[in-house]
Amino acid sequence: MLKFIARRILSGLVLLLVVTCGSFFLAHRAIGDPTPGLLGNSATPFQRAALREQLGLERPLLVQFWDWFSHAIRGDFGTSWRNLQPVSEQIALRVPVTLSVVVAATLLAAVLGLAVGIITGLRPGGTLDRGLKLGSVVFFALPGFWVSLVLVMWFAIQLRWFPAVGYVSPDQSVTGWLRSITLPSVSLAIGAVVMVAEQLRNGFLEVQNQDFVRTLRARGLPPWRVTVHVLRNASPAALTVLALMFVGLLGGAIVVEIIFNLPGIGSLIQSASQIGDIPILLGLTAVTVVFVVIVNLLLDLVLGWVNPKVREQ
Amino acid sequence: MTTDTFPASGRPVRARRGLWSRYLRRPVGVVALAVFLLVVAAALLAPLLAPHDPNFVDYTLTKAPPGPDHLMGGDSAGRDIYSRLLYGARTTLYGAAVACLTGILLGVPTGVAAGYFGGRTDRICSSISDGVQSVPGMIVLLIVAAGTGSNFTVLMITIGVFMAPGYYRISRSRALAVRREPYIDAARVAGLTNVQILRAHMLRAVRAPIVIQSALTGGIAMGMQAGLQFLGIGSASTPSWGAMMNDGYRNMQTHPLILLWPSAALGITIAALAFMGSVLADLLSVRAEPGTRAGRGSAPAAGDEAPTGEPAHPVEGSALRIENLRVAFGGPDGDKRVVHGVCLDAAPREVLGIVGESGSGKSQTVLSVLDLLPAGGRATADGIWVGGREIGALPRGRRHALLGTEIGYVPQEPMTNLDPCYTIGHQLVEPLRVVHRLPKAEARGRAREILLRVGITDPDRVMASYPHQLSGGMAQRVLIAGAVAGRPSLLIADEPTTALDVTVQAEVLELLRELQEEYGMALVIVTHNFGVVADICDRVVVMKDGRVVETGPVGRIFADPGDPYTAELIRASLDDTESRIDLDAAHDQAGQAVEA
Repeated sequence: MLKFIARRILSGLVLLLVVTCGSFFLAHRAIGDPTPGLLGNSATPFQRAALREQLGLERPLLVQFWDWFSHAIRGDFGTSWRNLQPVSEQIALRVPVTLSVVVAATLLAAVLGLAVGIITGLRPGGTLDRGLKLGSVVFFALPGFWVSLVLVMWFAIQLRWFPAVGYVSPDQSVTGWLRSITLPSVSLAIGAVVMVAEQLRNGFLEVQNQDFVRTLRARGLPPWRVTVHVLRNASPAALTVLALMFVGLLGGAIVVEIIFNLPGIGSLIQSASQIGDIPILLGLTAVTVVFVVIVNLLLDLVLGWVNPKVREQ
Repeated sequence: MTTDTFPASGRPVRARRGLWSRYLRRPVGVVALAVFLLVVAAALLAPLLAPHDPNFVDYTLTKAPPGPDHLMGGDSAGRDIYSRLLYGARTTLYGAAVACLTGILLGVPTGVAAGYFGGRTDRICSSISDGVQSVPGMIVLLIVAAGTGSNFTVLMITIGVFMAPGYYRISRSRALAVRREPYIDAARVAGLTNVQILRAHMLRAVRAPIVIQSALTGGIAMGMQAGLQFLGIGSASTPSWGAMMNDGYRNMQTHPLILLWPSAALGITIAALAFMGSVLADLLSVRAEPGTRAGRGSAPAAGDEAPTGEPAHPVEGSALRIENLRVAFGGPDGDKRVVHGVCLDAAPREVLGIVGESGSGKSQTVLSVLDLLPAGGRATADGIWVGGREIGALPRGRRHALLGTEIGYVPQEPMTNLDPCYTIGHQLVEPLRVVHRLPKAEARGRAREILLRVGITDPDRVMASYPHQLSGGMAQRVLIAGAVAGRPSLLIADEPTTALDVTVQAEVLELLRELQEEYGMALVIVTHNFGVVADICDRVVVMKDGRVVETGPVGRIFADPGDPYTAELIRASLDDTESRIDLDAAHDQAGQAVEA
């Protein structure tokens, strides 16, 4: 078990190296010389050269990357080029906001997806099942930010049930915090709910026709106990989709946060990409990759618990 | 995911026209296609259709409401929204096309190669695909945008890279399925090179799934594209729906219409694509949707057919009695009747064999007794009695209360009849606790005891094991233990030995016989093999095509089969046995020859 976790952490580190390395070279190639963006167009060539020297940009890219990476794995992401503040501090301020939205959306997707998936799996062809089919067609492709614009127009501006924009930290008011993340999480979650529910429903129908389900019934088990067996067998595909959705939600959160004016990583990454603040971009990339690795590790552990066959491989 | 919904065989060319006309018969498909074509037309003809220059600023038009000259009014900078919407369609479609094309070029060849060659190619490609999937695309897109902000095509290609895993997975699974098809082997034997095979068969096999995937991918790419434009990325001089949505968003409190138009355009276009893909996937899907209410067979009427077979014992003295049982399955072409009025019975402590070839309705007959017919099946009978009590008319819940208490069931295939996710111990103990309400320790003790009784020497290890850790013979013993744990008076075994090795078969039959005598159960055993009948049965019911051909004591049936079909079945089983004996003998001789 420990060996398994260690192996996954190691492969996570490899992924981190590959992705940040790719992003590093991509960012430097795409941005080229960041000094005009940082100093403005009126800066003299001398000032620009001085800043490049100060930021260490005259060194070979590989050296710069290694310098960054060797610090990053110890949690030191350097300082922002714009305001020279530590990157990790700025990220630490923003991440809780983004995480509360994304985790709330994932929880919503898990709970609602589970409920809808079970009901439609037990009653295929019913009203809810047809609704789910329609919903899965539409919401799979519609972007979260589109949904959030619709929700804002309807619930925040027409009905005034929720604040249209802004974030309340849970330290100030827990209910205010919940209200401020409700619409963003719901708009992110809708697509994930239908995806998870559809996977679960299909898995349910498949498992329900398997021989062992009939044998369980023949042993006299009541229907809900049989359903528990079916659910456990049907859940791996839905869990995998849920984990994939988490990655998608992290990306989707960027635009949604800007719509709701939440001070998460979205606005930070937007401003950093506009002025070419590479340390911030890389730091955010690294943090998100770490989240993805953690979620995938959790997924593997849960899948191993659900299905013993997986455990042995 | 739509991965496994496609038929394994490549679509014959003939089917293409059929698919197209079938598509046009779906109203949803037609509407979606019409909407999509409308968007395409708007994009292509934008210069002709647009009443104004999309970038022309007319200050009097700023946030103007819709009017006769400006159908959708003006935006916050005083530009005609309708014209911008038409030009925006071009950007949207162009971006989606670039993203899809990139995804196809990267994902399909690698996916086909991974699925076809397998092994190392597969491992490398799959881990790259997994890696790409765990990168949050939006962040990388913003990094790319940081430098190449105005270069829209590069951004769309980047989106395509993140769409490639979708194409990869679908092509890989299709290629995997096709590789197992016999015609691929035939093509290899015929001397075709890999490249020729890939070109001839694989591309055809992946074509339809790629079209469907593109409908989805196109929609997602449009969404991501609009998201980027919403963030202010992309050329300011090219009208785009995302940028228009941003403009609307900033004025939504006062002028919600500015936001409404581009949002509606984007939503409708994406939905049209999604519905097109869904209708196509539906048409190509071979997945049977089981067990819908509409598909359930209607109760088979008594009909004009006379019931076949006859009971040998009085009702009061029988362990099982079935009168005039009919079973039908609902299907797309109406009901299919598989059992036509069967009568049979078994006395307590009697071993009754139900014999027949596959399709004779013997399994459906016993599953009707259990009320566990597969989805879509419906059974009716003049009466079903268990232990002398009429149960055929009881409500479902009361009938199921007999399972695991009065009636035990031993299935055919041991490996698929145990839940792979739970330990053997859990699967044996759960019914004892739930159905028989035994306390935990007692239930475990009982399970252990029964495992010992069915010939498992180390019950503690087996109870801690999962099904995949057991051999077939062992698993069948576990299933028998589960069936008799509730001390039933009637044990129904459906081909209990068919899936087992020859040596294990005899042991399992012996075990069933012992248990039947020990617990004083009636045993109804379904088999296609007269060897099994000869081994343990007292009486036989021979079935063919859902009817009883003849019924009688084993001795009489073997000595003097009353029907040519019975005689044929007996001969076939004996031939099988003899040829096996011959083979064993030959094998032994060969072995001795080698040793000598």
